[in-house]
Amino acid sequence: MGRASRTESVRRPRLAWLKPFLFLFALLPLARLVWLARGQGLGANPVEYVTHSTGTWALVWLLATLAVTPLRWLSGRNELVRLRRMLGLFAFFYASLHLLTYLWWDQFFDWNEIARDVIKRPFITAGASAYLLMLPLALTSTQAMMRQLGRHWQRLHRLVYGVGIAAVLHYFWLVKKDLSQPLLYGAILSLLLAARVMHWLRSK
Amino acid sequence: MSKLRIPYIPPSEITPSQLVLSRRTFLKSGAAALAALAAPAQARLAAQASAYSTQEPLTPFSDVTHYNNFYEFGTGKEEPAQRAHSLITRPWTVSVEGLVQKPRVWDVEALLRFPLEERIYRLRCVEGWSMVIPWIGFPLAQLLRQAEPLGSAKYVEFVSLHDPRQMPGQRLPLLDWPYREGLRLDEALHPLTLLAVGLYGELLPNQNGAPIRLVVPWKYGFKSAKSIVRIRLVEKQPLTTWMRAAPDEYGFYSNVNPAVDHPRWSQARERRIGEFHKRPTLPFNGYGDQVASLYAGMDLKKFF
Repeated sequence: MGRASRTESVRRPRLAWLKPFLFLFALLPLARLVWLARGQGLGANPVEYVTHSTGTWALVWLLATLAVTPLRWLSGRNELVRLRRMLGLFAFFYASLHLLTYLWWDQFFDWNEIARDVIKRPFITAGASAYLLMLPLALTSTQAMMRQLGRHWQRLHRLVYGVGIAAVLHYFWLVKKDLSQPLLYGAILSLLLAARVMHWLRSK
Repeated sequence: MSKLRIPYIPPSEITPSQLVLSRRTFLKSGAAALAALAAPAQARLAAQASAYSTQEPLTPFSDVTHYNNFYEFGTGKEEPAQRAHSLITRPWTVSVEGLVQKPRVWDVEALLRFPLEERIYRLRCVEGWSMVIPWIGFPLAQLLRQAEPLGSAKYVEFVSLHDPRQMPGQRLPLLDWPYREGLRLDEALHPLTLLAVGLYGELLPNQNGAPIRLVVPWKYGFKSAKSIVRIRLVEKQPLTTWMRAAPDEYGFYSNVNPAVDHPRWSQARERRIGEFHKRPTLPFNGYGDQVASLYAGMDLKKFF
């Protein structure tokens, strides 16, 4: 038995515990919304509350996904990569809820109005772009697709950087005046992207 | 053991019922007086009904008082309700000054002695939601007429309180404090323009702009300055806080207008708080019959 597979077997239990824990944890924001909705706890404007909450959590899971690789470099724990797909799919899941809230409870599927919004309003354009860029990543997230795409898979999945930038811009352009939250998420995204640039420069 | 027979005497024979009832009234009024002393915000305000009121169903009190834009107490909608207790509304004065014959510093208690009316108005926020609120107050025109504006007065500027100790949101330079708003003099003198001191029959809760605020129902909500300390009549159009913050997004007039979008979102529809479906937004928030003539001949896309 090789050395690599032995460390593998030592580390595996730890991740085996972390992954289901993270899975349940990632469902908590949704559970909370359902809980609040049942108890009239969503405030005076429930649709706005759900929109903001699902949007925020989509961004949080997206940044968590982007944090996996820098964390691998920092900790040397390459097995962290096993969490990445799940985190990315949770980002997609909350982004889908966010989009559905907008399409249904904000626009009531008025496609003319939606098209006008996407064209005329930069923050909607950015949000729509982020979602469209995410779509092929979610669709090619299976093992079979990974095998099939081979080296193209990684190239395709670099789109996630575009998703991050579009998502933060979406937040930036929608707030009325208080930029503190979008700035915070923008700063974290910049840090995560800068880590990649540094790594690339060093490995050159 | 002999049994002592105690005759049954109904209480009504001991104390006449009128006395019992009047004692109850006395206790009640005493308790009410105590409550009024302890918490002036709970006092009921006597107000006449007004023909300007809408018949539409009222937005619940809890929503009116827990979903507020009042950046002096934070940018979250629930923050004003959580944090506005630090605002001290007595004593409070409002000065009426500038281009007037008779400038005067009014004590808020004196303002409460104006004949008060209940005005049920629609409120449309620039963010795309709306409410129906039973305000209590009096027309601003009554106050301005007492000051006797000079012929040179063309605009009215409203200045809100600036005190970061009472208004923690002012510790951040988010907006250029103090909050300033303005109206053209004819808008300010319009009978719909109200100085509100209460809502739902009570004194204004702090988070709604206590102790005295403006209510201009045909304009977006931010035009209705809260916690006013100064009303100044001036010759030139005042530079308002939101015009200073984002001149391309907020104009001086800010009349509710479904045909002129905010640069970043549509103003065609609104969500009435408490309702699920959106409703179309009406020009001048439905007060066109009363106010459209103020803007005759003006290009409302230019003067947004």
